[in-house]
Amino acid sequence: MTGPEGRPVVMLAHGFGCDQNMWRLIAPALAEDFRVVLFDHVGAGRSDPSAWLPERYATLDGYADDVLRICRELDLRQVVFVGHSVSAMIGVLAAIREPDRFSKLILVGPSPRYIDDAGYRGGFSKADIDELLESLDSNYLGWSAAMAPVIMGNPERPELAEELTNSFCRTDPAMARVFARTTFLSDNRADLAKVTVPTLILQCSRDAIAPAEVGAFVQDQIPGSALVTLAATGHCPQLSAPDATLAAIASFAVGPP
Amino acid sequence: MSGIEGSDTGPPGEDGRPQGAKLASLLEDSTEDLYENAPCGFLSTLPDGQIARVNATLLTWLGYTRSELVGRRYFSDLLSAGGRLYHETHFAPLLAMQGEIGGVALELKAADGSRLPVLVNSAVKTSAAGEPLLIRTTIIDATDRRAYERELLRARREADLERERLQLLVTTLQRTLLPPELPDVPGLETAAYYHSASRDEVGGDFYDLFALARDRWGLFLGDVCGKGAAAAAVTSQIRYTLRAAAVYDPDPATVLGTLNGALRRDYERNGGRFCTAAFGVLTPSADGFDLSLASGGHPPPLLLRADGTADYQRVGGGPFLGVIDDVVFTSSAIQLGPGDAFLLYTDGLTEARTGHGRDRYGEQALRAFAAGIAPVTAAAAIDALTVLLEGLGDGLDDDVAVLALSVPSSPGDSGGHPRLVDGGRA
Repeated sequence: MTGPEGRPVVMLAHGFGCDQNMWRLIAPALAEDFRVVLFDHVGAGRSDPSAWLPERYATLDGYADDVLRICRELDLRQVVFVGHSVSAMIGVLAAIREPDRFSKLILVGPSPRYIDDAGYRGGFSKADIDELLESLDSNYLGWSAAMAPVIMGNPERPELAEELTNSFCRTDPAMARVFARTTFLSDNRADLAKVTVPTLILQCSRDAIAPAEVGAFVQDQIPGSALVTLAATGHCPQLSAPDATLAAIASFAVGPP
Repeated sequence: MSGIEGSDTGPPGEDGRPQGAKLASLLEDSTEDLYENAPCGFLSTLPDGQIARVNATLLTWLGYTRSELVGRRYFSDLLSAGGRLYHETHFAPLLAMQGEIGGVALELKAADGSRLPVLVNSAVKTSAAGEPLLIRTTIIDATDRRAYERELLRARREADLERERLQLLVTTLQRTLLPPELPDVPGLETAAYYHSASRDEVGGDFYDLFALARDRWGLFLGDVCGKGAAAAAVTSQIRYTLRAAAVYDPDPATVLGTLNGALRRDYERNGGRFCTAAFGVLTPSADGFDLSLASGGHPPPLLLRADGTADYQRVGGGPFLGVIDDVVFTSSAIQLGPGDAFLLYTDGLTEARTGHGRDRYGEQALRAFAAGIAPVTAAAAIDALTVLLEGLGDGLDDDVAVLALSVPSSPGDSGGHPRLVDGGRA
């Protein structure tokens, strides 16, 4: 937790593939005006590996439950929850379970379902997702970045892992695999209509993971939600367009409910 | 290019130019040619991924023309769907955060739909003000390497599986060499602890407690020299030899003599097999138990008295078992009264390395420890030793077996509840 006490709480939740480092370009500026809560999902970043339970994290409910636990533990109220990528749906689930806990939801690059379905275009086919899962399963996608320490099999020499992996976003490959499955096979379309918390959708103009029509679908399904399209390419506007992302989050967070 | 091998170039360095520069001008005089035809793909994109420049090598690999890519396609367009997801969730964020990323394995999609496994390195070129201008990417064909990696992974998975099977075998075998639980000896409390130093090898320590007659029990504890399958086979033989010998003649000295003879006979031609062991026979006395004990080269047992003292019992006995023929062992008598506890252990305990200098734990420290916990019941002694052993951590590099007996201090305290404290690893 950073930022002045007594200010509105902004909780930043990272998505699949990285950890709270994802917010490093905007968190310090946000912390000037807000009480900022940063955390790593279990299985990512510097979370406690012993807290990892494959069954618990086989559904997004497990992650949503963690978000609510953090809120209770830190006694957070009137939380502005900012969820990137899959954490957008984690926030949706948390806000449905305890709507009073949250004042606003900001969904960055949300997708309630990644796989195309009848009358719905998620942007990926089942085969595409299988390809990612299979790639992660067979451990050769991202070999050097993620797999090196495991392949090296030298837990007693952590400096080897240090040299071979990237310094941010280190994830245990076994946990990443489960998180990938949970993320990309999820279908939360039916949950969107249950959201009662004021919601902003932040969409990138060109996002290879969450296409524009998915953002429009989310806006259409969540009653009264607003959609802002950022002039940003890619799935991570907080990195590729940090100023615009920061401005959008801050103005919605302080704006009228 | 001409004149590379011609005589007109003269001897190297003759014209005063550094030899390296001269060679470069002769052999690699076009950086443009190097860029286009280098044995790796070069790709430059705008910060948003839009392709700005691509070399001929990569175009050839993928089967695209320059105009199909430059200004029209994004780097992520060249990736398989799985690769695109990986790119967006891992590659791009890391590149943005670190300014560079290396050695990432991805699959590129060629124009004809085929896949090309590659290794990708990217670096961000920034302006003087630090604004990202370009992303420069080199792409290396990793088809062979990927096949090799897959083979490595397969071999590793197989090795993991083998190791699991080995550990299961070791655990199972270890269990057969130790009593599953200690028998109920009326009026005596018993407890044991076994620490296995390795999950991959059967330990060489052993112990047992068993009924010989209605009011007579045999017990032993020892340590076979060596580890693994061969030591396990010897341990198994020692166990049944000791049990059988005790039925025939329960005098501890005679039992150890029989074991010594058996080890000499059976392993004479195979370089010999040695062990240390203490063997004892328990019989009830007026207020406790009489213990007759013989030792073959085994560390001295500890007697923890009801009055809070603890001393080693220098039992009579003989040398290591299995070393020389025709040894005569002697038995010693020990009385266990109310509140007394008796401790047999293997040298893995006293030989454990402790503290900064990595000194051995030693008999002196063990005696002091025993005096500190006396008077004590067998179960409490094993509990205290378990804590002590866990505290030694990786200094505990050998197997350890401990067998504790105690006589309840008051008649109301019935004792006789055997318990086995597992060392946790076996």
